[in-house]
Amino acid sequence: MEQKIRVLVAKPGLDGHDRGAKIVARALRDAGMEVVYTGLHQTAEMIVETAIQEDVNVIGLSLLSGAHMTLFMDVTKLLKEKGLDDVLVIGGGIIPEKDIPKLKKVGVSGVFGPGTHCDDIVDFIRKNVKK
Amino acid sequence: MGVSSMYDKKELENLIRKKEEWNKNCYKKHVSKHAEKKKHFRNLSSLDIDNIYTPDDISHLNYEKHIGFPGIYPFLRGIHPTMYRGRLWTMRQFSGFGSAEETNKRYKYLLEHGETGLSVAFDYPTLYGYDTDHKLSRGEFGKCGVAISSLKDMEILFSGIPINKVTTSMTINGPAAIVWAFYIANAENRGINKNDIGGTIQNDILKEYIAQKSFIFPPEPSMRLIVDTFEYGYKEVPRWNTISISGYHIREAGSTAVQELAFTLGDGVEYVKWAMERGLKIDDFAPRLSFFFNAHNDFFEEIAKYRAARRIWSQELKKLGAKKDRSLFMRFHTQTAGCTLTAQQPEINITRVTMQALSAVLGGTQSLHTNSMDEALALPSEKAARIALRTQQIIAEESGVTNTVDPLGGSYYIEWLTDKMVEETYKYFDKVEKLGGVIPAIEKGFFQREIAESAYKYQKEIDEKERFMVGVNKYQMDEPIEIPILKMDEKGEERQINRLKNLRKNRNNSKLNRNLDNLRKAAEGDKNLMPFILGCVHSYATLGETCDVLRRVFGEYTEPAIY
Repeated sequence: MEQKIRVLVAKPGLDGHDRGAKIVARALRDAGMEVVYTGLHQTAEMIVETAIQEDVNVIGLSLLSGAHMTLFMDVTKLLKEKGLDDVLVIGGGIIPEKDIPKLKKVGVSGVFGPGTHCDDIVDFIRKNVKK
Repeated sequence: MGVSSMYDKKELENLIRKKEEWNKNCYKKHVSKHAEKKKHFRNLSSLDIDNIYTPDDISHLNYEKHIGFPGIYPFLRGIHPTMYRGRLWTMRQFSGFGSAEETNKRYKYLLEHGETGLSVAFDYPTLYGYDTDHKLSRGEFGKCGVAISSLKDMEILFSGIPINKVTTSMTINGPAAIVWAFYIANAENRGINKNDIGGTIQNDILKEYIAQKSFIFPPEPSMRLIVDTFEYGYKEVPRWNTISISGYHIREAGSTAVQELAFTLGDGVEYVKWAMERGLKIDDFAPRLSFFFNAHNDFFEEIAKYRAARRIWSQELKKLGAKKDRSLFMRFHTQTAGCTLTAQQPEINITRVTMQALSAVLGGTQSLHTNSMDEALALPSEKAARIALRTQQIIAEESGVTNTVDPLGGSYYIEWLTDKMVEETYKYFDKVEKLGGVIPAIEKGFFQREIAESAYKYQKEIDEKERFMVGVNKYQMDEPIEIPILKMDEKGEERQINRLKNLRKNRNNSKLNRNLDNLRKAAEGDKNLMPFILGCVHSYATLGETCDVLRRVFGEYTEPAIY
């Protein structure tokens, strides 16, 4: 049997907007993935620690407060330091167009803004996950 | 449901017969040749909507008892006898970003362009009671609102603004008492009497646990703090609304209109009960309770929601023993629904906002925020914020909808839907009651689950094209998004951190520590904390320092991660 893709849906920082994160968590679960949701107010350390503990293939970061440049990068930097290069990182939230190339450069492989079809996220993960 | 004595039974039976005939001979015949677009027509709360509404759909309603006249019980048609013929709603744009200096400039700009009230958006550290230099504030300075860490910042935020004339609403919850104290202290220092300042603190912690999630303390001490503000408010700052019981965030988190209505009013009743249990008299504090609703896409459903809210609130407050009109009538602010805005083709958001704002006006709102077209992308630019304000001004000055009170009153559909929403709300009240009340239901994750369920359903409907969003799943365009995006002063954070450093160095720290210690002792006991908080604030305690005292006494709340 093929192993299920394991995803960590995480909310870094103080942002409390969790509607999107919860919807994506459910959509990924309904698509047959194993989903762990961190809940709110996570530091980069907490997220990476959970990713290691849960042995996930994917981390989905959600942020609507505008602090994504700082907080997403904190996570990708720490992942590199810990040698977790094989974890696929994606992000979502209120993210201006101009920030997307910069995020991709630091390792956030896919960025999904408002209006994204849940299936697009599922497809992206399936295509890009390293297992 | 019986027939109200307002209707002639014979005439009504005749009408029902005629309607059946029409349905059979005209409507169905037509549909058999020209099918309707859908099999089921449902509103956003998944209520089935009929092809037509006629007097028999509202024949159980008694005009005087269930609908009535504006300005008298049950206030369904409006809280004032004249409504907008007398005075327009307050145009109050939620706004705040970066440092106090930048936001102060934006406030002056908005006032210059005809805004009639202020509304402060705070950044995340402020919402959680952390100073800008706290480690958890990293990356968040000024992003979602303005950073206010002390009285000093509050002084700058309102410098040159006549706070004895303009009212200010502040979206602050966990640390509401402290931020309110900043505002009061600033007025006092400017020589303005507390009787002469007016405004609102959101101060609604129940919906934080339910939806918005910027909580600090556990429910019990949070509720105590809120009742403290009620009591201090009616005694010392009589023009202040000490709470804005909010459905807005419940809706933004994904609830339906019915859930928004039911959960918000349920929270409202809960606050009243806690205050009464403390020995406060209902007619002393209830006149200062205010509400805050969302204006979403389903135009008539939203209008019915506001009308239903007024009826339920007056009924419930009467049951609890309120006598004064001001206690019985529900005053509310409305904001158009941020979650309906699209990042795609952002200009078309102006049209969405117009419709949503119109529903709030037709629903009798006291105050209104219209969203800017660029909010699915970033903080509003100056131009986008101005267009949003102009949208309200067009409704107010050009559309003619303000000429009469509750212009949709008497519409068979609107009256039926209003009553239906009342009925659905009471069903939720019963469910919550069975779970042991609002706080036990929060602790069991009831509201959170209900909202997550509705949010997921809504998204699925959009994904599966059962529901349309123009520009997202219909009429898409592949074009680069060209909209100017607000740039913030890059020096803002540094300036703010330096200000905090200087403040900590230059204030009288022994006096400050005495005041912080007095607050701690009071928090351990059961005195009203407002005077103690004001003592700290006047000696320039920061938001973080004051909250830390309370965190140590009260503990912190963490929520279960439910999805």
